[in-house]
Amino acid sequence: MAIRISEPFTKDKFADLKAGDSVLITGTVYTARDAAHKRITEAIARGEEPPFPIQDSIIYYVGPTPPKPGRPIGSAGPTTSYRMDAYAPTLLDLGEVAMIGKGQRSEEVMQAVTRNGAVYLAAIGGAAALMARCVKSAEVIAYDDLGAEAVRKLYVEDLPVVVVLDPVGGNLYVEGREEYLNSIK
Amino acid sequence: MREISVKAIEDSIAKMCIDANHYLDEDLKNCMAQHLAEEPSLVGRQMLESIQENIAIAEEGIFPLCQDTGMACVFLEIGQDVHLIDGNLEDAINEGVRRGYGDGYLRKSIVRDPLDRVNTGDNTPAYIHYEIVPGDKVTITVAPKGFGSENMSKIKMLPPAAGENGVKDFVVEVAEMAGANPCPPIVVGVGIGGTFDKAALMAKKALLKPLDKPNESPYYDAMEKELLDRINALGIGPQGFGGKTTALAVNIITAPTHIAGLPVAVNVNCHVSRHKTVVL
Ligand code: SF4
Repeated sequence: MAIRISEPFTKDKFADLKAGDSVLITGTVYTARDAAHKRITEAIARGEEPPFPIQDSIIYYVGPTPPKPGRPIGSAGPTTSYRMDAYAPTLLDLGEVAMIGKGQRSEEVMQAVTRNGAVYLAAIGGAAALMARCVKSAEVIAYDDLGAEAVRKLYVEDLPVVVVLDPVGGNLYVEGREEYLNSIK
Repeated sequence: MREISVKAIEDSIAKMCIDANHYLDEDLKNCMAQHLAEEPSLVGRQMLESIQENIAIAEEGIFPLCQDTGMACVFLEIGQDVHLIDGNLEDAINEGVRRGYGDGYLRKSIVRDPLDRVNTGDNTPAYIHYEIVPGDKVTITVAPKGFGSENMSKIKMLPPAAGENGVKDFVVEVAEMAGANPCPPIVVGVGIGGTFDKAALMAKKALLKPLDKPNESPYYDAMEKELLDRINALGIGPQGFGGKTTALAVNIITAPTHIAGLPVAVNVNCHVSRHKTVVL
């Protein structure tokens, strides 16, 4: 059974999640890939306001396809997360509550997740049409020149994700593999 | 001499860019269904079912299969008795890609320089590979390639003494290192022999081979099966959440090589293994 989490995305709502839990997210999430992460963290370093409040934010690593007329967005699945590893700890330390992406993270990111009681969630890589249907509205709010990589404010309904890194150090990529290999012994 | 207009090539490429990004071939869908039936892991089955649902949604023609609609890899086999008319072939190929990615609302993912990284805005230039073949036809394949999986690809110049086992261990190692990054289940293209660049090209072309046909060589067919079994014993599973189906298929292409070398290239593709072909 999937756990439903709705905004506001305060950390207490994520505190009990365990690696492997299925979650449905409803509310505002912000999109950013590596190019946008670079600009956001550089803006923060210069003492400027980031394009959205980082505290209690969920950042979805996605560069969607262009929307067809009458649709809020095109296909919108996760991009590989390790490209954001250099920037993620800064944002987690500023209160980002969840990252949505796919694939392994660095040691530094894993430590920043547990240090801050945050989570790393995986969306289904390559199931981008399925996830597009969960996006009810989308608006570019920064770095328009980056095209697909611009920062968008999305409103999502029941976006399906799976907990990979939980707030107490659980890691689905390690545990899921071990569990499966033990189950077939 | 048969005349073929480059405009016809342009039109087919534009259409194939859109089709490849919405409709997967039957061999891949059948392969997926077969692995789903044999997947012991519950979460693994759930992921494969979601991927099947995604394929069905994309077939409605509104949303592409993946948001990474890829770098347009275009392969042309040009019959030596063909005379191409009505303009420059390379321009026509790029115009086809430009139109396909524009009209199809596909993502523009190409930067003009690897270091200054300014997006070209129309997904050109395409990656183009030409081959001259006998006959008076032009065969065009468009294979949009996502980079989540491309980035997990590797090449190694093994010493000949590494032999069969060295080749096999390297292929399995690449799949294991890739882990959850290339959106498993993956399709694995392997090029063995040739030169440094030839091995990589063969690995990419191996991704275009049908998944339901045995390798022409019984020896390499057995190797493909063994490699698939070994990769699917790693436990990575669909999306890396644990399970059997880490790979859907392994395809191998080989070529003669030098007495001093044993190049091996592994091109990783995701389950969104896209390619369309037409013959003009
Ligand atoms: S690796 Fe394939 S399925 Fe995954 S995001 Fe890239 S193109 Fe899509």
